[in-house]
Amino acid sequence: MAAEKLKCKECGTEYPLEALYVCERCFGPLEVAYDHSRLGERSALRRRIQAGREDIWRYADFLPPAGPPPGPGNREIPLAGLPVGWTPLVRADRLGEALGLRNVYVKNDAANPTHSFKDRVVAVASARARELGFATLACASTGNLGNAVAAQAAAIGLPSFVFVPADLEEQKILATGVYGTNLVEVRGNYDEVNRLCTELSYEHDDWAFVNINMRPYYAEGSKTVAFEIAEQLDWELPDRIVAPIASGSLFTKIARGFEEWLDLNLLEGRLPVMNGAQATGCSPVAAAFEAGADFCQPVKPDTIAKSLAIGNPADGPYALDLARRTGGAIDAVSDDQIRDGIVLLAQTTGIFTETAGGVTTAVLKTLAERGDIDPDERVVLVITGDGLKTLDAVRGSFAQRQIDPTLESFEAAAAREPLIAQALA
Amino acid sequence: MAVAVKIPVTLRPATGGESEVQVDGATVGEVLDALFERYGELRERISDEGGSLRRFVNVFVAGEDIRFLEGLDTPVADGSELTILPAVAGG
Repeated sequence: MAAEKLKCKECGTEYPLEALYVCERCFGPLEVAYDHSRLGERSALRRRIQAGREDIWRYADFLPPAGPPPGPGNREIPLAGLPVGWTPLVRADRLGEALGLRNVYVKNDAANPTHSFKDRVVAVASARARELGFATLACASTGNLGNAVAAQAAAIGLPSFVFVPADLEEQKILATGVYGTNLVEVRGNYDEVNRLCTELSYEHDDWAFVNINMRPYYAEGSKTVAFEIAEQLDWELPDRIVAPIASGSLFTKIARGFEEWLDLNLLEGRLPVMNGAQATGCSPVAAAFEAGADFCQPVKPDTIAKSLAIGNPADGPYALDLARRTGGAIDAVSDDQIRDGIVLLAQTTGIFTETAGGVTTAVLKTLAERGDIDPDERVVLVITGDGLKTLDAVRGSFAQRQIDPTLESFEAAAAREPLIAQALA
Repeated sequence: MAVAVKIPVTLRPATGGESEVQVDGATVGEVLDALFERYGELRERISDEGGSLRRFVNVFVAGEDIRFLEGLDTPVADGSELTILPAVAGG
């Protein structure tokens, strides 16, 4: 395996590949560093990847587990755990048409086992946690991560603890508890849950908190979104990515994935323009982008996009830097725009996304209307979660009718409420 | 005024392993100065050259992030708790 060490993103101090996430010298975040010198030349490497499993472990060379890897070349080793990733990249011509764009794709990460991209990061974090000897998984979650941790823990047979804000959508609570996890609802917002879990990680240092003491490994899982997009575009880069920002980890790691493959000559061209998407009710990164600041002032979240409701984003400074150096931007949209975004995506692609995807779709629409996107650009919209997780967001968004089982009753109802008879625009 | 400062694991080597330290001070800034006085090594770990907190350090008074209060000027009452934590968790 090529993972070699942990390295501080701020000051460069190096550490062994252990359960560490903060630099002792400067408090900066640690990141996995690799030695790719033995990977071989491009065509052989591409073939090896293409012959791999149809899940994230086809990219095992670019992921942290250091021991016997679940991945290409080791397909005989039984891999416990949920297979995750390798989700569809869908050409979205009708969405593009609605926005005046000719080359729009949707990366549909709702098509993961627990219906969000969080399955990727949990798979990587839990693989490394088991290598390091941890026997309990835990997380601070806005909902989707809790689903993923509870499911992965069930699949590999470990106990788990999931800490969530108590006001979470009921769908996410139920879809987590069913896996038999220790679900703890905290009376507070996500940032308070996160602070509590950071303190808990000191008291329970035999627990692998996937997004705290396992965070460097966890974050690496998001690179697989980029790897898949590039492979699905036949080893080409998109011109632009539109992705949501909560902590900023997914947003920055998508770019990191493209950069790694550019460095290795697996891809040619330049890093896509990176557009970040936030909800106005929790937009510390978008506000900092607009103000020209290189750090984020924390906020108290108030938005229907609860999976993005992180008021104190850990990777905010890096997300700002990334958007600026790629010529992108970070925009925020209102709750009404989020609801409209969900409907727009559903009615032009057949993909039903949760509120976070409504944020991302609404930001794509904003960018198109603002003229930021050339109509011929190849744009990938990263849809991170399933609409069934946030059903309240679409309640009341369409006409409902009830009739008696008679022809007359149907005709009378149809006369009262116009039917959708024309092909959708 | 005595304030209990909770020390994150990352900084405990600099406090001789102590997880909680009692120091005096009327504001967050004064409490941190008193802490640095006792454990000199802590200053450069969590403060930058200009005396501000490094950007990946979060400080809480009674559970509230001081950036929602008055920053380093936030008053701290006798017997209250100040928590220093890394900012890079979560997400």
